[in-house]
Amino acid sequence: MKNQNNTGRPGSIVAGVLAPHPPHLVYAENPPQNEPRAECGWEELRWGYERLRKSLSGEDFDVIIVHTPHWRTVVGHHLLAVPHFKGLSVDPVFPHLFRYNYDLKVDVELAEIIAAEGESAGLQTSLMRNPKFRVDYGTIISCHLSHPTWNKPIVSISSNASADYFSTDVGQREMIALGHATRAAIEKSGRRALLLASCSLSHRHFTEEPQVPEDMTYEHIYNHNQYLWDMRMLKMMRAGESRRVIAEMPDFTDQAISETRAGCLTWLLAAMNFPTTPATVHAYGTVIGTGNAVVEWRM
Amino acid sequence: MTTPKEKQQPQIGFVAGFIVPGMPQPLLAPEKSPGWGRVRAAFEVLRERLDALKPDVLVIYSTQWPSVLGHQIQADARPQGVHVDHEFHDLGTMEYNFPVHVPYADAYIASGKERGLHMRRVCFKGFPIDTGSLVALGLLNPDNHVPCTLVSSNMYADRAETIVLGKAARDAAQKQKLRAVAIASTALSNRLWTKPIDPTEDAISSQKDDEWNRKLLEILAQGRLEDVAQLARQFAREAHADSKLKAIWWLSAALGSSNDFRGEVLAYEALHGTGAAVVELRPGGVSRGEQEFDEDDVEFFRGERSVLSPSSPGSKTPEKARPS
Repeated sequence: MKNQNNTGRPGSIVAGVLAPHPPHLVYAENPPQNEPRAECGWEELRWGYERLRKSLSGEDFDVIIVHTPHWRTVVGHHLLAVPHFKGLSVDPVFPHLFRYNYDLKVDVELAEIIAAEGESAGLQTSLMRNPKFRVDYGTIISCHLSHPTWNKPIVSISSNASADYFSTDVGQREMIALGHATRAAIEKSGRRALLLASCSLSHRHFTEEPQVPEDMTYEHIYNHNQYLWDMRMLKMMRAGESRRVIAEMPDFTDQAISETRAGCLTWLLAAMNFPTTPATVHAYGTVIGTGNAVVEWRM
Repeated sequence: MTTPKEKQQPQIGFVAGFIVPGMPQPLLAPEKSPGWGRVRAAFEVLRERLDALKPDVLVIYSTQWPSVLGHQIQADARPQGVHVDHEFHDLGTMEYNFPVHVPYADAYIASGKERGLHMRRVCFKGFPIDTGSLVALGLLNPDNHVPCTLVSSNMYADRAETIVLGKAARDAAQKQKLRAVAIASTALSNRLWTKPIDPTEDAISSQKDDEWNRKLLEILAQGRLEDVAQLARQFAREAHADSKLKAIWWLSAALGSSNDFRGEVLAYEALHGTGAAVVELRPGGVSRGEQEFDEDDVEFFRGERSVLSPSSPGSKTPEKARPS
């Protein structure tokens, strides 16, 4: 097995991040890759990502592994397995905000190891080898906001719809197994990995937006129930109670219409073996009514 | 007791409605499974009938194009690009370059707004076209000689909003004096096998789903589209319907919320476990008189949130991002 850090040490997870992907945040940043231009907007979350980037700046990692809700699959867990993707990503939901020229590299070898570890654990996995595939915007946005230089290869993992097909509890079990398989693969590979769970917390959107999308006078949580749930989850994360987060996740997912249904956060916490160290909440904010937090766990 | 009578075929507006599956197998790999091949053959029969209708525009509602902010209407005159299905990427690549009927798209947006809907015009280079729309276009209009427009499936829209969206599609076709065909790209039951399968052994993934699908198709074959629309909620609960079967709500409303069709089921097969039907519905069937439906017939969408507020009938109070 190739050991990328050449030290003979097993690989490790450098940090895990809850890294939500509202396209509004990239839009408001005005990076050269994105065509639409904004005046401002969603500063609390964007400055939270800034704090995250500063926190990670001293860390050397080899690869970013992202679990994304916007590549939804039913027949198992899929992983990108083409070395290089380049193209234009237009968000099908918010095309007026996100039209992003991406150019990214994939750590295919690590993707293959994760797939193999998943199969060993009894999961169905599939390697996506079609070079014409359009990389989903969840992957692109979370990676851009966490590490905008794009100088590290990524591994992108689809979100299997087992929670929708069976129940949130079944979905949890599936994602815990995938998280453990991801961790085993990282250790085998010798990579130092940054993990991103690309999802919001509560996820009920407003179905209209103001004339100027970045007009912040319109921005707030969709309802109080969602806010209470979001705060409850963040409180547990800050207290290092990640096992309790997992225990309450099915209720949270159902009652707050949370994007955690996609399994990203469960996968992340399982991969980190349910950390007891307090997480750092870099920011919490809403985007067209959904609750989003940038949360970092250092390993 | 009502007297059955033949109805005249319309010359403008929607002259037919089709229900077709949105999975990529019939387009990309019909040879891999006898069932997939039969779906492909049914598409080819439907294509010939479509040509005979000489439509001016195809209007495709696809459950695989989700939207959040209102209802999106494709209005780019010539979308082009390459698409790979997110699930079945191993089956190949779909290249597209097709014409959109922009005047119809704009009329549809205007009609939707008049009926209280939040409508959004989509015209962006590189906008991703979904698998369901491309399968319908690729098999029903392969040489692109009929312009189309595409309609998103709003993930929060329930029945009332969706049937108003269907009625707006009808308004626009009539105002533009166009011969239009409404196409609902949707599965019936939508429970995929969760493991790879031998395509030659594909089957509906649940006997219960299969039974429900067959019941719906029995009713559709009698031309009773609105009856199926009225059954959508129950079907969705029982058979894991594709997007609550809301494409049927849209289709029935677009075609006039009636049971007076000539219906024909050209194929019913499994596509990776889902219920895939190719169905043609033509106005001009036997009238079964006025029905007593359980659900309201909604003309105007007043938003989903203020159900307890004393808004007066006819008031236009769309959902606001900020409470007043």
